[in-house]
Amino acid sequence: MTLATPPKLRFATVWLAGCSGCHMSFLDLDEWLFELAERVEIVYSPVASDIKVFPEGVDLCLVEGAVANADNLELALQLRARSKVVVSFGDCAVSANVPGMRNLWAGVEGGSRQSVLKRGYVELADTGAQHPHAPGIVPELLERVLPLHELIPVDHFLPGCPPSAERIRTFLEALLRGEAPPMEGPAMLGFG
Amino acid sequence: MTTLQLQINGRAVSAAGDATVLEAIRSAGLQVPTLCHLDGLTPVGACRLCLVVIEGHPKLEPACVTAVADGMVVHTHTPELDTYRRMAVELFFAEGNHVCAVCVANGACELQAVAVEVGMDHSRFPYQYPRRQVDASHPLFSLDHHRCILCTRCVRVCDEIEAVHVWDVGYRGSSCSIIAGLDQPWGEVAACTNCGKCVDVCPTGALFRKEDGSGEKQPHPERAHQLVEARTEHHWHNQ
Ligand code: SF4
Ligand code: SF4
Ligand code: SF4
Ligand code: FES
Repeated sequence: MTLATPPKLRFATVWLAGCSGCHMSFLDLDEWLFELAERVEIVYSPVASDIKVFPEGVDLCLVEGAVANADNLELALQLRARSKVVVSFGDCAVSANVPGMRNLWAGVEGGSRQSVLKRGYVELADTGAQHPHAPGIVPELLERVLPLHELIPVDHFLPGCPPSAERIRTFLEALLRGEAPPMEGPAMLGFG
Repeated sequence: MTTLQLQINGRAVSAAGDATVLEAIRSAGLQVPTLCHLDGLTPVGACRLCLVVIEGHPKLEPACVTAVADGMVVHTHTPELDTYRRMAVELFFAEGNHVCAVCVANGACELQAVAVEVGMDHSRFPYQYPRRQVDASHPLFSLDHHRCILCTRCVRVCDEIEAVHVWDVGYRGSSCSIIAGLDQPWGEVAACTNCGKCVDVCPTGALFRKEDGSGEKQPHPERAHQLVEARTEHHWHNQ
């Protein structure tokens, strides 16, 4: 008789409004990724799968990036509805970080959306200055960029810009053992 | 000098009669987080991170501005204090615009360090995103109000140690801010000697040298104490 291997955890990573640095740090886990791959099945990830639709029945989902546009918002609501455990992965997800800097213009005429589009596509354009406008293709910016937990319930926070591979590994190892991640001290906490 | 006996976290501690509770805590080898306090400057009790429980006192007391008394019974880390301290630090982050990733003080910031110390992994308070100014009018230094926590260390070091009093605190409530001169651009305040003491003691990335980019600020919070000591003990290197 062979012993049944425990079912693999259904694991997802999501990339919202961030620079992908948290995912790069995740890839910095190097050979430990082989150990992780023995414990989890990657069902959705911009760096490890080509699946376009966030699947049902996800056990653990790491979310990089703030919520800055309509697509981010839709995916955030979807991943929450379809995941058991949601993790704010890195400073942009935890605090809105650099993407959130445009919120400083929320109170000026036209709001932050208009201010950032005008600056990026009109004022700084060398030629062909125009607002991007392609409904259904280019997602609309939200007026405010928000950290993930201001929109959906978040189970764990993994700060850092990006969190180091070592921090990510300690965090995931604890979760895989069924324990709460040891979020204390400079090794595990700290923005920037 | 009289010596007083007190109890801190169940431990018997003796302290000089003119000591503060913070000094007694530290002399016993114990720690409470602090931000506005700096050895060498007059304590002001502005940040409220050093709050402690003193038995018989109806409210929490800031250790840095509370005098020791004989028989005092002090607790530095009750669950209530730990909760309030973390909330206070979360409020600092939520009320300013702290984007550590692009800050001059990243990695050397006392606010960041205190956030780690109190176990903050995120802020439960919504970020306010106030629109504040950057004063880059000084030839050597800049003041980014987005990162100022109003600890007034700059105000005190300039007044008490450099004896120039360039800085003050202006306005009220959420508009409260550090002002130079009579609320002028810093570079126009003729009294400034360009000594850089305010930059050295600022706990955050608010005051910085113009040549410093992200993560390059090297603060020197010990400078205030060193200068006071050198003046009172006459420890000048060239004597
Ligand atoms: S001052 Fe400190 S807490 Fe604020 S952004 Fe800079 S490093 Fe972060
Ligand atoms: S540089 Fe020196 S004199 Fe000028 S404001 Fe700072 S502490 Fe005062
Ligand atoms: S500029 Fe720096 S030293 Fe001055 S009050 Fe603000 S944080 Fe404190
Ligand atoms: S250190 Fe005591 S109130 Fe700031």
